[in-house]
Amino acid sequence: MIRAEGLSKQFGDFLAVDGVNLRLGAGEVLALLGPNGAGKTTTVRMLTSVLRPSRGWARVAGYDVRRQPDRVRAVVGVLTENHGLYNRMPAGEYLDFFGELYGLDRKRRRQRREELLAQFGLAEAARQRIGEFSKGMRQKLALARALMHDPPVLLLDEPTSAMDPESARLVRNAIKALRSAERAIIICTHNLVEAEELADQIAIIRRGRIVAQGTPSELKRQMLGPGEYEIRFAALLNGRLKSLPKNVTLTAQGEDWIRFRSATPERDHPDVLRYLLEQDLPVVELREVPRSLEQVYLEVVSSAEGAISDVG
Amino acid sequence: MLAKLRPALIITRREIRDQFRDWRILLPILVLTLFFPGLMNFTAREAVAFVERYGAPIIGDRLIPFLLMVVGFFPISVSLVIALESFVGEKERRSIEPLLSTPLTDLQLYLGKLLAVMLPPLIASYLGIIVYLIGVYRQVGWQPDPVLLIQVVALTTVQSLLMVSGAVVISSQATSARAANLLASFIIIPTAMLLVGESMIMFWARYAVLWWAIFGQALIAGLLVRTGIAYFNREELLGREIDVLNLGWGWRVFWDAFRHRRASLGEWLRAEPWYALRLAALPFVLVLGAFAVGAWIGVQQAQVFILPPGALDLNNLQERLVNLQFFTLDAVPAVWLHNLRTVILATLLGVFSFGVMGLIVLLLPFGLIGYFTVTAARAGIPPSLFLAGFVLPHGIVEIPAIGLAGAAILRLGATLATPASGRSMGEALLTALADWARVFVLWVIPLFLIAAVLEVYLTPAIALRLLQP
Repeated sequence: MIRAEGLSKQFGDFLAVDGVNLRLGAGEVLALLGPNGAGKTTTVRMLTSVLRPSRGWARVAGYDVRRQPDRVRAVVGVLTENHGLYNRMPAGEYLDFFGELYGLDRKRRRQRREELLAQFGLAEAARQRIGEFSKGMRQKLALARALMHDPPVLLLDEPTSAMDPESARLVRNAIKALRSAERAIIICTHNLVEAEELADQIAIIRRGRIVAQGTPSELKRQMLGPGEYEIRFAALLNGRLKSLPKNVTLTAQGEDWIRFRSATPERDHPDVLRYLLEQDLPVVELREVPRSLEQVYLEVVSSAEGAISDVG
Repeated sequence: MLAKLRPALIITRREIRDQFRDWRILLPILVLTLFFPGLMNFTAREAVAFVERYGAPIIGDRLIPFLLMVVGFFPISVSLVIALESFVGEKERRSIEPLLSTPLTDLQLYLGKLLAVMLPPLIASYLGIIVYLIGVYRQVGWQPDPVLLIQVVALTTVQSLLMVSGAVVISSQATSARAANLLASFIIIPTAMLLVGESMIMFWARYAVLWWAIFGQALIAGLLVRTGIAYFNREELLGREIDVLNLGWGWRVFWDAFRHRRASLGEWLRAEPWYALRLAALPFVLVLGAFAVGAWIGVQQAQVFILPPGALDLNNLQERLVNLQFFTLDAVPAVWLHNLRTVILATLLGVFSFGVMGLIVLLLPFGLIGYFTVTAARAGIPPSLFLAGFVLPHGIVEIPAIGLAGAAILRLGATLATPASGRSMGEALLTALADWARVFVLWVIPLFLIAAVLEVYLTPAIALRLLQP
C-alpha cells in the first residue's frame, strides 16, 4: 500500500530527509518515531504529495507521489501536526466542506459526517463553532476530517496528543478498527507506549535517516541484546546457587530471585529449570523481564551519529 | 472546464461564508455599501447647490460622476485587506496544510481564493453604486449616461481585480501577514496614483480616456493573475517559515546570471553583446511596433491640440541652440544622464507593471516626435526635413538604444508573468534583472553616450544647415 525507496528531501543546503525506505501493506500500522526536527513530518508530507521528493520515489495506494499528486492526495487521509481547523465554522459544516473537496456526494457526506461525529463523541457539538471546542475535541474533529473520505491510507501525526486518557483510548481503538479494516496507517508520535500498542512496525528516524526499523520485538532484540528473564523461588537461596548452565548468563541475584540472559530461551529454559530442580531449588515463577520501546528508542537516538542499524 | 472549476468554487463558497461570519469584515462592507453612498449623496446635493449659487454649475456636473467612481471604489478597498491575508493568514493560523493535502490542484486553490476575496467587496461596490444613483436621482434628478455607467462599473471591476490579484500574489509569496502588509504598499501607492489620474479624467470629463484606463488595468490585472498562478506552489507555501533577506544568495544568483559562465572579462565582452541581442530580438520588434503606435498617437493629438501660430519659430535658431548649451561639452553628460535616468525610471515602473508602464514612458518621446512633425508641417516645414534636421542624426543611434532598453524592460516584465520551472519568483526576478543589466551595460549606456555626442554637436549643426531660414 505504501512503498518508498531512497526518498529524500533537500531544502537549499539542508537535507531534511535522506534516503528513507518504507514498505507497508494493507492492515498494517507503522510508527514513525524520532526527535523533533528529525524529518518525520517532511516524510509524511512527501507521502501525501504536498512536498515533492528531491530524490527517490514513493507509491501510495498504487499512485506515484511525484507524477500523480492529485490522485495520491485523494486516497490519503492526513491528520496534520497542527489541526488547522476553521474556528468560525461549525463542526458539521467543516466535515461537510472537506467531504465535498474529496468529491463525496451530498448523501454520502451526511452519512459519513454523522457516523464520524458519533464515533468520536462529537454528535452533540455538530452545530457548535470549532473555536469553542476543547483541545481534545479539536483533535478528534481533525481525525474525523482525515477519515471523512474513508481513505485506504492514513498518515496521522500525533493522533492522541492533547487528549484525556478516555479520548486517547477511543482514538487508539479507532486506529485498531481501521487496521482491521485493511487500512495502511503511518503514525508519527512521541508516545512510545502508544506506538508499541498500535504498531506492527517501528521506524526510528534521526537527522533525516531511518536508523532502526523492524517489529517491536525485533528492535528490542537488536538494540538491547538477548532477552532477560527472572526466576523466583519458594525459599531463600542462602548461597546455594553457584552457577547456571553454560548457555545463559546470570545478570542479577536477590535473596529469592535471579535474573539471566538467554539468546535462545526455547532451548535454554528447560535446561535452566532442570538444573535448578537438581539443586533442590523450588521454582515459583519464570517470566521475561519487560523491556520498553523507550529503552530501544533512547538507545538508538543516543548512538553515534551516522550509525545505521537496519534490522528490518 | 466547469467540472474542473467546481472544487475552486467550493473554496470560494466556504471563504465567503467565513467572511460573513466575521463582523470585522462585514461591518466596513455594510457601512461602505449603505452609509457611505448616502454621505456622498448629501455631499453631491450640497456641492451642486453651493456652486450653482456662484454660477459654476460645471463643477457640480463633474462632481456627481466623480463621486460615483468614489462610491464604487471604497468597498473594493476592503478586498485588499482580505486578499492580503488569504494565503499567508491561513499559513499563520496553520489551517493551510489540511487544504493543501486535499486533491485540489494549485490552480483550483488559487482561483478559489481569488474569487472569494474579490466577490463580496465587488458586489458591495455595485450595491453602493445603486444606492448612490437612487439617492442622487431623488435629490438632484441626475441620471448617468449609460456609457459612463458601464465605464464606472468596468473601472470598479478591473480595479478590484487589479488590487486583489496583486494582493493574492503577495499573500502567496509572503512568509508572514506582517510582511504581506508591508509589501502592500506596492499595491496601495500605484492604486492611489491611478485614482488621482482617474479623478483628473473625471473632472476633465474626457470619459473616452477612461476606456484606456480600463484596458490598461485589465491587462495588468490579467498578467498579475497569470503571475500568481505561475508562481503559486504549495511546497513553497509550507516550506518557507521565516523572513530572511539573504543578500549573499541574491547577489550570487544575479552575478551568475550576469556573468553567464564566461571565464574572463574578454570572453564576456566578446560573446555577451551578441547573446544579449539574441535575447532581445523578439521584444525589440514588439517595442519598435509600440514606438510606431506612440508616434501615431502623437500625430492624432496634433489634430486636437494645435499650437498657436508662430509657436514653432525657427528664426534665431542658432542663438537659441547656443542658449540651450548645444555645441558645448557640458551638454554631453547632461543629455546622456537624462536619457539614462529616463530608462531607469521606465525600468522601475516596468518591474511593477510587467513592463507596461515602462513602455509607456519610452513611448512618450515618439508621441512628441509625431506631434511636432505634424505641427512643423503645419508651420510649413516638410516632415522629412524636420525629421532629418532634429531627429535622425542622433536618433539613428538613440532610437535603437531606447528600443533595446524597452526590449529589456519588456523581457523583465514578461519573466514575472511566465512560470519558471523549478525557480522561485525571487530567483526568476534576479535572473531577469541580470539579463536587463547586461543589455544596459553592453548596449544602452555606450549607445546613449554616442547619441548624446551626436545630439549636442551633429544634430544642431544639421538642423541649422537644413532649417535656418
